[in-house]
This record gives sequence, C-alpha cells and structure tokens, in this order.
Amino acid sequence: MLDRAPQGTQDEDKAGSRPVAFRGAGFTPSAGRYSGWIALALVIAFWQLAGSAGWVNALFLPPPSAIAAAIYKLALSGALWQHLSWSVMRIGSGWILGTVAGVIVGFGIGLSTLARGIGITFISALFPIPKIALLPLLILWLGIGEEPKIATIALGVFFSTAISVYSGVDAVPRNLIRMAQSFNVPFHLIVRRVIWPGALPSILAGFRITASVALLLVVSAEMIGAQYGIGAFVLQAGNLMQTDQLLAGVVILSVFGLVVGKGINLLEARLLHWR
Amino acid sequence: MDLIADHISHRFGTLDVLDNVSFTVRAGEVVAIVGPSGCGKSTLLSILGGLLRSSEGQAELRGAPPAGSLNPLTFVFQDFALLPWCTVEANVEFPLVHTALGISERRAVIDDALRRTGLTDFRGAYPKQLSGGMRQRVGIARALAVRPAILLMDEPLSALDSQTRELLMEDFIRLLADGSMGAVYVTHNLEEAVRLADRIVVLSRRPGRVREVVTIPMTRDERGDINARGKLLAIQNDLWSLIREEAIDAEREVQHA
Repeated sequence: MLDRAPQGTQDEDKAGSRPVAFRGAGFTPSAGRYSGWIALALVIAFWQLAGSAGWVNALFLPPPSAIAAAIYKLALSGALWQHLSWSVMRIGSGWILGTVAGVIVGFGIGLSTLARGIGITFISALFPIPKIALLPLLILWLGIGEEPKIATIALGVFFSTAISVYSGVDAVPRNLIRMAQSFNVPFHLIVRRVIWPGALPSILAGFRITASVALLLVVSAEMIGAQYGIGAFVLQAGNLMQTDQLLAGVVILSVFGLVVGKGINLLEARLLHWR
Repeated sequence: MDLIADHISHRFGTLDVLDNVSFTVRAGEVVAIVGPSGCGKSTLLSILGGLLRSSEGQAELRGAPPAGSLNPLTFVFQDFALLPWCTVEANVEFPLVHTALGISERRAVIDDALRRTGLTDFRGAYPKQLSGGMRQRVGIARALAVRPAILLMDEPLSALDSQTRELLMEDFIRLLADGSMGAVYVTHNLEEAVRLADRIVVLSRRPGRVREVVTIPMTRDERGDINARGKLLAIQNDLWSLIREEAIDAEREVQHA
C-alpha cells in the first residue's frame, strides 16, 4: 500500500515568489522560408535601378534586364542550346568516368589494406595538383579533341570522389559490420547491405563537391581550347566586350549549378530518408 | 549444445586483458559474467562468439546445435547494432538473406520473431522512430529469427532507462523460460545477473580471471516470488562484496588512464 503525501495547493506557497528569468534564447538559427528570395530580389532590383539610372556604366555591368534579354536572344537563336549541350556532354562524360573510377578506388582503399597503403599515398600526392594544369599534358597525350577536356574533368572528379568514398567507408560504424559478421553474412553482402548504404551519405556529399569541381573544370577547359561550350562562349563575349552576353553565360552556369544541386538534394531525400 | 571457454587468455599489445578463463555454458543454461570495469567481460564474449581471436586457449562447442538453428551463437548488442536504413522488418530479415530459407519460410520466421517481441505493429518503422527499448526488441527479434542455441548478450540493457530495463528483463525471462535457448549474459548490473542467470561467473580485475562461479539456488520462476527477494538480495550483496574493492581500484585506474 502506498503512503501518499497530502497535496497542498500551489497558491499557498506563491507569496513573495518571482519568475525564473529565461536564459535559453539564441544559438538556434533557422533559415526563413522567403528571406533569401526577398534579399535576392532586392539586390537585383537595386542593380537594375543602378543600371537604369546610369549610376554604373552598362558596358562594365549591364543591368539584369539586359542580361535577361541576352539570354532570351541566345535561346531563340539556338546558340544557348548549342553551347550548353557541349558543356553538358563534357561534364556528364567526365563526371561519370571520374565518379565510377573514384567509387571503385575509394571502396578498394576502404576495404583492402594493400589498396589503402598504395592508394592513399598516390591520392595524397596527386590530389593537391590543380587539374587544369594537366590539360596541356593531356592534350599532348590525347590530342586536341574532346578527350583531354573530359579527362581533365574526370581527374578532378576522381580524386574528390575517391576521398569521399573511402572516408564514408571508414565512417560506417564498426559495430554494424561486426553484427553482420556475427550472423555469418558473406563479405559481398556486408559490402552491399551495410557498407554501401552506410557510406552513402558521405558519397552523396562528395557528389555535391564533384559537381562544382566538374563545372569549374569544364569552364576552364573550354576557355583554354574549345569552340563551343559555355566557357568558350563566356571567353568570346569577354573578348568582344559583350558584357551582357558574358553575364548571360555566367547566369546560365549559376542556374546549371543550382539545378545539379537540386538534383543531388532530391537524390539525398530519396536515398537517405532514413536519417 | 554446450559452449566451452577453454583456458582463454587475451592481450591487446602489452596489455593483458584475460588470463586463463575456463567455464562451460551447458545447453539451455544462462550464465552471467560479472566483474569490475575493464576486466575483459566484453572481450571474453567476443572471443566466445568468434568475433575475436584469443591470444591463448579457445572457445569450443560441444554437441550438435538444435535442429533448424541458422546461427547457433547469436549476439545481442549493447548498442542494438540496427541498420538505420532498414525498417524493423528488414532488420529482422537481414541475417536470413544469405540463408537457404525460401521466401515464404523466411516470412514465417520474421512474423514469428516480431510476434514474440511484440513488434508486429512496428514492422514498417525505422530505428530512428523507435525508443531505446523498442530498438533492443528489434535486436532480440533479429537474434530469435536465426533460432540460436546460445544468445551472447553484451550488456543488452545498459543503454536503457530503468523502467525499460525492467520491461525487457521480463521479456528475457519469458524468452528463456522453456530452456530451449541458453545465454551468456555480460553485465555490470548484479541485480540483472541474479534475476536471470543460472550461474554467475565472477571475473577479477584486469587481467580477468575466474574468481568465483556462483550458482543461483532457485529457478527463474521462483525468483519472481516476493519471498525470494531477500535471498536474491543476499546473493547480490555477496557478489558485490566480492567485486567492490576491485571495482574501486578499477575505477581509479580508468580515471588515471
């Protein structure tokens, strides 16, 4: 039998009391839903105003309306799609090649002592090299066609992918691997059902980085030696002082980067919904 | 099927962790392993379950596993070790995927394991959606799915709050009641040990040696009786007096490490 204490009324004890001061505010920043868009719209509006009012020379900084008109004309003439399709082809090919190789090598390093010993040494030595510096060498090796540009992008993507993959493999909780071993799950199933999904967050984070790397390298490579492609287009526009066209190219690159980023967001939402 | 610790010693580098540990877990028997922190309890369990190679001596099995057992020595982990990207059902199915069980047979095994652990209504949930107690139930359901002869439980309740511990302890008692399954139960909690075990192996401070093997002189059913509480408490106190001095030394050692 429980011996219950009498329940006094709270109000009896309230005399002379004061509320405890709240000290827990702050340190929980959250992005507002519209604040970013509103800020962007304000910047564009101010930029337009500055251009229209003649505060800045349109030759050096054309207003957003002129850039939009340039994009519209490019789209109508078909030049936009021509340049964009070359860039997308180079990025796509280079990124896929670099990613496939990076995933294979990354898993090798993550799972094999021998591959780790060799692979980490090479990656540490070669990763810091700016890959665009290798383009002239790759042109010597592969000719002046598409191959050296695609190879440059693939190289840039490869190293970041390999690093994110083996870091991801290393980050898979060891207790999950031991659990699988304790049930005699074979090696290939442990890789497929434990290590691959466990490393996926890191691999997808790597995709985000390699997408930017690929964009950077495609523009650089196209500026060095290409007739078509957004990089080549931006360089030509700069040479001809067509700043509206130049900035149109930059905006297209920005939109391209945003679309790729959104695609990776969707991929993460689909594959990492369990987080 | 019996599990035998045969003169097991182990060292990590120059650190001696276990020294000549021998005992036998007979079929259907529950043996608890207790001892001061760092005495090698979990290391011993890993060796017994084949997850760690001992420096000397070995773990041995005697007799055939029960018919239909897919993994005679099956772990239940302290941190549950659930695949966070799999649902409850997929977690329970995980150890069956590589076995020769057909799909319908596998489904029946999973259904049975979920039913026995009260998880049928949660089969589509992900681990992050479950409380600690429910997660450990998933770990137990996964272990039951492979019809183990001996459960190797490494502090399975230590990550849980006391109320959940109490509920899961009742589950363990129920699951082990028919004697078809034995267990090695590593714990630092002496109350859990005396409630669940048939025998308790007391290890000394590192390097862990078998200091005492204590038999609990009543069945698990009898231990539920209110009159048995005093006797169990006395055993618990005796165990504590065996461990206390070394536990204090071990704690100081850990703090100074």
